[in-house]
Parts: sequence; C-alpha cells; structure tokens
Amino acid sequence: MTTETLIWLIPLPPVLAFFLIVLFTNKSKALSHTIGVGAAFLSFVGSMIVFFRAIGEEHLGEFPFEDAIRWLPTGNSWFEIGVLIDPVGAATLFFVSITIFMIFLYSVGYQNYGQPVGDHDVKGLPPHGATIEEHGHKRVVPSVEPMYSRFFAFLGLFAFGMYLLVVSDNFLTLFVGWEIMGLCSYLLIGFWYGKPSARDAAVKAFMTTRVGDVFMLLGIAYLYSATGTLTFREIFTEETLHVLATTPAWFGMTTSGLIALLLFIGTVGKSAQWPLHVWLPDAMEGPTPVSAMIHAATMVSAGVYAVIRMFPLLTADYTGHGLTTTMSIVAFIGAFTALFAATIAVAQNDIKRVLAYSTISQLGYMIAALGIGAYVAAAFHLITHAFFKALLFLGSGSVIHGMEHGVLHTGNHKVDPQDMYNMGGLRKKMPITFWTFLIGGFALSGFPLITAGFWSKDEILADAFGHGHWAVFVTLAVAAFLTAFYTMRQITLTFLGEPRTEEAKHAQETPWTMTTPLVVLAFFAVTYGWVGIPEHFPLLGGLVPNWFHEFVGSTLAEHPEAVEFNVIPLLASLIVALGGLFFGWLVYRNVKSVGDDKLQIPLLKNKYYFDEIYDFLFVKPAYWFAENVVYKLMDQGVIDGILHLFGPGTQGFGSALRNYIDLPVINRLIGDGSANVTYWFGGKLRAIQTGRVQQYLMLALITFVIIGAALYFFVFAA
Amino acid sequence: MVPLSWYLIFAAALFSIGLFGVLSRRNAVAILLGIELMLNSVNVNLAAFWRYGDVRMMTGQVFAIIVFAVAAAEVAVGLALVISVYRRRNTVVADELDLMKW
Repeated sequence: MTTETLIWLIPLPPVLAFFLIVLFTNKSKALSHTIGVGAAFLSFVGSMIVFFRAIGEEHLGEFPFEDAIRWLPTGNSWFEIGVLIDPVGAATLFFVSITIFMIFLYSVGYQNYGQPVGDHDVKGLPPHGATIEEHGHKRVVPSVEPMYSRFFAFLGLFAFGMYLLVVSDNFLTLFVGWEIMGLCSYLLIGFWYGKPSARDAAVKAFMTTRVGDVFMLLGIAYLYSATGTLTFREIFTEETLHVLATTPAWFGMTTSGLIALLLFIGTVGKSAQWPLHVWLPDAMEGPTPVSAMIHAATMVSAGVYAVIRMFPLLTADYTGHGLTTTMSIVAFIGAFTALFAATIAVAQNDIKRVLAYSTISQLGYMIAALGIGAYVAAAFHLITHAFFKALLFLGSGSVIHGMEHGVLHTGNHKVDPQDMYNMGGLRKKMPITFWTFLIGGFALSGFPLITAGFWSKDEILADAFGHGHWAVFVTLAVAAFLTAFYTMRQITLTFLGEPRTEEAKHAQETPWTMTTPLVVLAFFAVTYGWVGIPEHFPLLGGLVPNWFHEFVGSTLAEHPEAVEFNVIPLLASLIVALGGLFFGWLVYRNVKSVGDDKLQIPLLKNKYYFDEIYDFLFVKPAYWFAENVVYKLMDQGVIDGILHLFGPGTQGFGSALRNYIDLPVINRLIGDGSANVTYWFGGKLRAIQTGRVQQYLMLALITFVIIGAALYFFVFAA
Repeated sequence: MVPLSWYLIFAAALFSIGLFGVLSRRNAVAILLGIELMLNSVNVNLAAFWRYGDVRMMTGQVFAIIVFAVAAAEVAVGLALVISVYRRRNTVVADELDLMKW
C-alpha cells in the first residue's frame, strides 16, 4: 500500500468503531471494547508505518507525503481536500497514536471491565460499587460502568477527530476535526450527566471553546477570501506569504498578522489559554481517560498544533528584529498563562485539578515559544508534554481508582477520592503507579538530564534567552519553578509520608490494563527527550545527533537555526527545576492536614475569581438578556402578540364563515333543501304505488300507446 | 293462398285477446295463459313473414322455436311461482298479492 493511501485510511477505524458500537454492539460490553481498542490499534499501526516511512525519507520537508481529491466545485476551480504528512505531522502522528492507543487500553481497566454490575448503579452516574459474597462474607467491589459501550464509542469519535486534524492538508478539514473533538469533549465531559456539576462543566467547555472557534472560522474565511485556497502548501509559498505580509489590514496589522491572530483565538479557546482557560479545570468532571484524552493526547494539543501549522503565516511579516503585533500578543498570552495557571495550581487540592492547571501552564509555555518564533522548541515540548501529561493524568486516574477501592472498603462515601489531603503514603500500596507518576512528575518539572521535560523546556528557555526576549524568559523561568514546586507538592501529598485517612490505607494497585499504559508512557516520558539534545550542550551534546531539530525544522522553508549554547538559561532551568522540587518536598513533607497548608490563599484557591468575574460579566447578563429580552419581550411580547392577533382573527373569520355560509347556504339550502324536495316528491309519487300488478301493466300499456301514437303522428307521419 | 294481412289481423286479434286476459283476469294462472296467447300471436307473425318472404331464410322458423322454448320455461317458472305464492298466501288472486304496496 502506498503511504498516501495509508494516510487516508488512518482516521477511519475509530469512526467505524464509533458507528459499529452505536448501531450494533451497544449491548455487548466485550464486543464494544474489542472493536474500540482494535480500531485504536489499527490506527496506531498505520500511524507507526507512516511515521517510520516518513523518517526514512531524505527530503520530507520539501516533498512531504501528500494526496488530494477534488471536493467542492468553486466556480471555475475546485476546492481540494487531502492528506499531508510533513515532518511536523509525522512527529505529531507518532505521539498522538501512542497516547490514544494507551488511553483506549487504560479505559478498559478504568471503567471496571469484568467487574459485577453495581447494586444500584444508574446510567449517567459513576458506578457506586457492587456487593459480592465470597467465602461466606460480603464485601464491596468496584462495579462496571453502566454505559461502558457508549464510552468507547465516544472515545472512537474523538480519536477520529484528532487523526483527521493531524493528517489534514488544509484548514477546512483541520477545522472539521477540531469541531468533532469539540462535540466529543462536550459528550465526554458530560458523560456522567446525572451529576449537575458534570452537565455544567460540559456546557461550559462547549460554550467557551465556541467563542474561540467562531474567531477561528472567521480567520479561515478571511484566509480563503484573501488567498482563494485553504491548502497549507499553497498558502505557505513565498509569493502568497509575501502578498499577505505586505497587504495592510485593520489596526495597523498586516493581513497575515490579522488572519494569524483570528486563528490563534481559536487556539486560545481550544488550548485553554487565558482568558478562555476557565473550561479546562471543570472538564475534570469527566472520567479520567477523558481528561487524559482532552488534556494530553488530543484537544489541547490540537490547539498548539494548529498554531504550529500556521507558523509561516504567523511569522510572515517577521523580519527578525522586534516581534510583530500578533507575535507579541501570542507570546504575551502564552507567557502570562504559563505563570498565571502555575500559581493557581499551587493552591489546588484535587489531584486532577492540579494537573489541569499544570496543563494550562505548559500549553502557555508552548504558545509563548511560538510567539517568540521558537518553532522547533514548541513542537518538541508539545510532544514531550503529551507523553508525560498523559502519563500523569492516567497515573492520577489510577490513584483515584485505588482510593475508590479504599472508599468501598470502608464504606465512607463522604471521603473524596480525588482530594490529595485524603491520600498520603500511597507509594507502598501502589508501587507501579508511584514510580510512573514520579517519572511523569519529574519530567513535568524538568528534572535535569534524564527526563524529556528537561530537554524541551530547556530549549524553550534557551530560545527565549538567545533571542533576547527577557520578559518571556523570566516569566517562563518563574513558571517553571512553580511547576516543579506544585508537582513535588502533589507527589509528596499523594505518595510520600504516612496515609492520612483510613481509605488511603486500604488503597489498592490497579489492574494491568491500567498500569501497562503507565509504563509505556513513562518510557517515552524519559527517552523522548534524548532525540532533541542540543548539539552544543556540554558533555552530552553531539553524542546523540539532534535529530528532532533537523527533522521537524525541515518543515519550514527556512530551516530555523539552533540557538547558540549559553550557560545562563541552562543554569536557570537547573535551578528552577531542582529548587522547585526541593522546596516542594521541604514544605509539604510534614503537612498533616489542609489547615497546615500555608499556600491555601483564597485568591489562588478561587482561581483569581475568574469564574465569578465571568459569571458576573457574561453569564448573568446572558441570563438577564434571555429572561427579559428574549423571553419576555421577544417571545411573550412580539411573537406571542402576533400569534394572539392571528388566533382571534382566525376564529372570527371561522365563525363568520359558519354563520353566513355554512349554516344558511350549505346546511339549509343544499343539505336540508334537497332532502325536503325528495321527501315531498316521494309523498306525491307514492300514490301510484298501488301494489296491483295489473294496474302497473295497464299503466305501462297506456304509456306505450301514448308514446307509440306520439311517435306515429310526430315522427313517422310527419 | 290467403293474403298476408289475414294472418296479421289474426295475430293482432290473438294478441289483443291475450292482453285483455292479462289485464282483466284476477287469477294468476289465467294471467299466465294470457301471456301464452300473446307469445303465440307473435309466433304466428314470425311464421307468416317467413312464408311470405324468402323461404330459404330459416330465421323466422328458428325464432319461433326459440320463443316456444322460452314460453315453456316461462310457464314452468310462472306456475312454480304461483304454487309457491298459493302455499304461502293461500290465494292466487293477483290483486291480493300487494306486499309491495305502501
């Protein structure tokens, strides 16, 4: 099979799985998850083949795998859609396919496959556990998710959206994949729709990302009207970019700058950047594999991926000195988000919420890197982050699962299995989860030399420093310190020390379907960094060629230069990583309860009151508008008013018809009249019905004679 | 040979007698007899026209025979009806058979 055909086929298995599960196999849990995991596996294998063929190509940057078909006739030309795998696409495909496959596998364990049906589980709520009798005594075990099959169906559709987005060669199909994921994130966050909080979170996620998506669609439309095409390789030619970069648009920006800004707002929504970050922490209401899916493998990565895709557009009017307006905005939002989210993460107690803010912060890192033109560093951090953040999310899911065991054991359902202050000492109970989580956490903190996070984060810092973006450099360094700090806080509170609750004492390691993905992802969280070690790094540089930079850098027409090695950013990243980890351990190693935590500052705890501000600024006015303008004025006043005019009017017309037409003419004249005439006529005629045969015959004879005579005289004789 | 008109006058007379019988007799059997007379007067006409027309054309004779057959069948049915009516109503007087009268 040619590589191009294979690329076309990659997104198909998950969507087929979705339809198969929804239409046919919904009843059978085993069949559904087999189809779902099987489809993910097929796509995984296809992606791997494509990836390895891609890295075998000599000049993939200039001659990527591409194929297109004509789709829509547009006047005298065609709108084409197709697939494209260039170095960035191949690298993305690699991590996307691995994480998606791992998440599918993990879901089998997380949704308690093989466990008994719950005692009183209902659809739309998390399973509550089932009582089983074993060796004569009763105990409570986790119960299987009631909507197990549906979960795999949604995951399949989600995976389809992501693959579609990655293999697209144009902005339109990229946007289609983007929106499919938006829908699926809504469905999956609201998977336990019985919980009001999950419902609200789903609506919130959908509405917030919608704000960004509208701008993105505007950007795509603008791009199409400006260039007449949406295909990446046609837009990113030198002539087109030059035209876009020299055409002035509004607000002193060039056309390319404005289009890039509009597209970037889409990313702000999708990748949860400030000020549209509010949905992502609430998205934790979904099952944990969903969190990993949304936060690591797919949706949020998709936002950064879109910016990486449109990077030539973003930098079209960039001359090398002084960031353009759009790039400054991008860099500012990224750096600000990185620091802002990191400060919030410090004060969160929910294990998944910490990771959610951490994700926002790390995505801010990548966005900031793109804003200052550090293309390769952003792509590198995107991939390493996907691995270790998926690992951390799946690890936290494993922890929650273990804690739920404890909760079922003690029967005290008041204990929140996600609150880190209810944990502690889990390293002994859940060794695999602990060690993999530790690797993930260290990678996130950028633990020097061995973890992937160090290399990617270091590259971003080096880029920021090397190009003299001091503000960005300092902001990101402080954010990196906070990252290491809250990561260690999380690890300390969760795994180290002694169990703080009865539930934590009875936590249990999770089944192999959950731990295998952890181990696989932990492997990549360490080793993936080694493909991108800078050449001039002391001692290690040059041992392994900086393959990632060469490979991904070749996507751009102008290969980005690797920054000169400088000791300051290296020292900075060493200090913030190790210092953050050390302080995190130092501060939290003896914290016994939430009251001892000095950093539970209300401002941070309440996320700078952004939810409240948005509630006041947007949600409340929207409710007011809906209630008073839409409902009372428009609906009740205008629409109902018109209806009320029509109602009585029609009734009057109807009764007029009845009184003046129907009753007198139709009923009396025609209806009753014809009957009366017939009655009267019958009354007259019945006199001749004597019943005497001979009389009739006589009558017939007389008639005959008369007619005969008449005929004779008037016809024959005449 | 007697002229054709004689036959026709005879037939007309026979038909009138039959018609008079049908209209005036009260007994149903007698009405049937009248009908027979009318039918046979037609036969006389048919036979007469055959004889005075083209003798090789047998249509008149054949038609007369058909009328015989129909008359025989009609009498059979008619008498059966009369017997049936007599059994039910105990009368064969046509005027008394006035069930259809309003």
